[in-house]
Amino acid sequence: MSEETIQLYQKRIQIHPRSVKGTFRNLKTGILALALTIYFLLPWLRWERPNAPDQAVLYDLPGRHFYIFGLTIQVQDIFWLAGVLIIFAISLFFVTGLAGRVWCGYFCFQTLWTDLFMMIEHWVQGERPARIRLDRKPWSHRDKLIKKGMTYSLWLLVAFWTGLTFTMYWVDAPTLVVEVFTGQASYAAYFTTFFLTVTTFVMAGLAREQVCIYMCPYARFQSAMFDHDTLIISYDTKKGEGSKGRAKQRRGFRTPEERQSKGVGECIDCGHCVQVCPMGIDIRNGLQYQCISCALCIDSCEHDLINYTSENALNGGKTRLLRPKTIGYGVILTAATATLAWSVLTRSPYTGTVEQIRQPLYTQLSDGGIRNAYEIKLNNKLTAPMTVGIRIEGLPGATLDMSGMERLELAPQERIKLLARVQIPPAQHHAASGDKITFIIEALDGVSIEPIRREAPFYIPENS
Amino acid sequence: MSDNTNTPQPSGAVQTTGHAWDSDLQEYNNPLPRWWLWCFYGTVVFSILYWFIYPSWPVGNTWIKGFGTVEYTAVDKATGQEQGKEFRWNTRALLLEELGNAANDQQRKAMLAKVQAADYEQIAKDPKMMEFVRSVGKGLFGDNCAACHGRGGQGVVGMYPNLTDDDWLWGSSSDKIHETLVQGRKGFMPAFGQVLKPEQLDDVAEYVLTLSDEAPSSEDSERGKAIFQGQVGGCYYCHGADAKGIPSQGAANLTDKIWAIANVPAQKTLQDKKAVIKEFVAKGVNNTRVMPAWKDRLSPTDIKLLAVYVHQLGGAQ
Repeated sequence: MSEETIQLYQKRIQIHPRSVKGTFRNLKTGILALALTIYFLLPWLRWERPNAPDQAVLYDLPGRHFYIFGLTIQVQDIFWLAGVLIIFAISLFFVTGLAGRVWCGYFCFQTLWTDLFMMIEHWVQGERPARIRLDRKPWSHRDKLIKKGMTYSLWLLVAFWTGLTFTMYWVDAPTLVVEVFTGQASYAAYFTTFFLTVTTFVMAGLAREQVCIYMCPYARFQSAMFDHDTLIISYDTKKGEGSKGRAKQRRGFRTPEERQSKGVGECIDCGHCVQVCPMGIDIRNGLQYQCISCALCIDSCEHDLINYTSENALNGGKTRLLRPKTIGYGVILTAATATLAWSVLTRSPYTGTVEQIRQPLYTQLSDGGIRNAYEIKLNNKLTAPMTVGIRIEGLPGATLDMSGMERLELAPQERIKLLARVQIPPAQHHAASGDKITFIIEALDGVSIEPIRREAPFYIPENS
Repeated sequence: MSDNTNTPQPSGAVQTTGHAWDSDLQEYNNPLPRWWLWCFYGTVVFSILYWFIYPSWPVGNTWIKGFGTVEYTAVDKATGQEQGKEFRWNTRALLLEELGNAANDQQRKAMLAKVQAADYEQIAKDPKMMEFVRSVGKGLFGDNCAACHGRGGQGVVGMYPNLTDDDWLWGSSSDKIHETLVQGRKGFMPAFGQVLKPEQLDDVAEYVLTLSDEAPSSEDSERGKAIFQGQVGGCYYCHGADAKGIPSQGAANLTDKIWAIANVPAQKTLQDKKAVIKEFVAKGVNNTRVMPAWKDRLSPTDIKLLAVYVHQLGGAQ
């Protein structure tokens, strides 16, 4: 091999995927339509909430609240996000171990938006041969300018609306749209929209398969989750190649009998499976890291030579769906989902914590009594006002003084810190020594829930 | 270093870079896409632009200062007024800008205005205002008061009054605390060392201890009482006939369990307790217990905030 042929950088080979009809194409189109409908329309859905924004799904960062339909997530509940991420990760492991790169092929937004952009391209420029012809023409050609210009314009429109929609999830959607078009939106809103517009246009319109091959880490590490029973999209080499390889349908190679007698396989080398591939690979070369399992080649093969199968099945064995890996992931997934659901469903509409003030640890009073002070933090998580009462128990003779704030009304979503003083008369010092005090924080009207009980130490100096 | 390999490669094998180490160790060639290379060149260009747009390199005895400026509002130390300022772009100026414009700061300013407009009674009844005063007051107290009175206002017996208890030398109302802050206080008690004989000092100390049930009533204490309430000692003149003190004089209440100056609770025996009181009565208080006036050091708003803060420390009436 001579020095000249070694290329450290390679030129991109443009892919012009042919459109295809079939089961998997319909499935993909269905998922695409559903996903895009949800994505584009969800921010417009309204949800009645007293004293809070009426957008069904709103991630209000400045206000530090996430609104998801009937659920309001506050800052301290943000660990649910960790739960969601864990569930996403385990789902990916589970599904990938079971059925390969299902995420990549059907659900990934790169796949979805690329699919959408290809549909636009197909609608404007026509089928694969027409697009190849168009690409070969010089830019001075009027037809090319019009068609490419129109494709790019439509892409840009979709990309812009994608970016704007993304921004809508973080602020009130109707207000945002008006503000954006009247030049009154915030810098952050414009920047987010602009950034998402550019990335959508570049990734889905121009970069496409390059994203999956060169940029995406998930694409690479999913291969590590494959085993011999994982469903993969595979070409049936035995049936397709026969003993002498594939052969085109020409004289003497037409009927199955003729082909069988000549030892060639059923593959007529029509090339459809290669032409429909959005990754530009030839599935007949076996499993490749570029394959996103979109299954379009299955739809394209009229001879049924490409199928969802596993390595075990290809070697004549049986695909085992129940195996330690899938069972393990399944159990963890169920446990994680159940834990998150339990945590969300049993959430308290308010929180309260009590902390002893330790400087000074105690105060000697003029009548000889001892006083300790506490800081109480209350948080009304509801979007309605709430009346909260605070009392103490557990210490004989102790009295609570909160300057009249033992009972107070919390505004919707109000957070407040209060000072509480507890004192015990001198006669009770000995009895109360070393004891703990329990604060009971209860919602007084409207909601009936278990009161919050918080234990805190009560300090009494030894010589008193 | 690698040599260029001459080993013939089988056709169809994966291309190698043509380098060989230890004569047969070769490296697969996985060419990067060309756009990746262009992206890299793009980042190089970006970094060079960045050097000029933002502050970066030292040049001689100065440095590249960047193009941007940041406008922010800051309180002028001399006038106490908020002023718009402009500074060349740096992260500190950005922080100041953010501090001035953040939602939190707007809330703080609104709350401050509310506290300024309210009277002490209104503030005490409003949970939100009290939360605000506790939060702001903690900083003010730490900066100005904690050096003597301690971080939590607990004071030092004999030197600085405890602000967390319910015993107040100069009155516990918010107005009185405000007055204390504005004009300062000067504790005074004459020295009785020359006036009274040592036995008389003993008797007075004995009597003072009976007032707060530290000692039982005795002949000594009765003699002490006569000195306290009579013309010889004349203690009642400031401490009152009931010995409960007179706040307008800053005279201490001697009947409660709190000892501001003589550290009685720390003494184990009656004898020791008497000794500390005696010593103190003999010496008196002169120029040793002084609270400075804050009216020229703190703004009226700060004094008001501190008055509320100190008031709630002790939960005084």
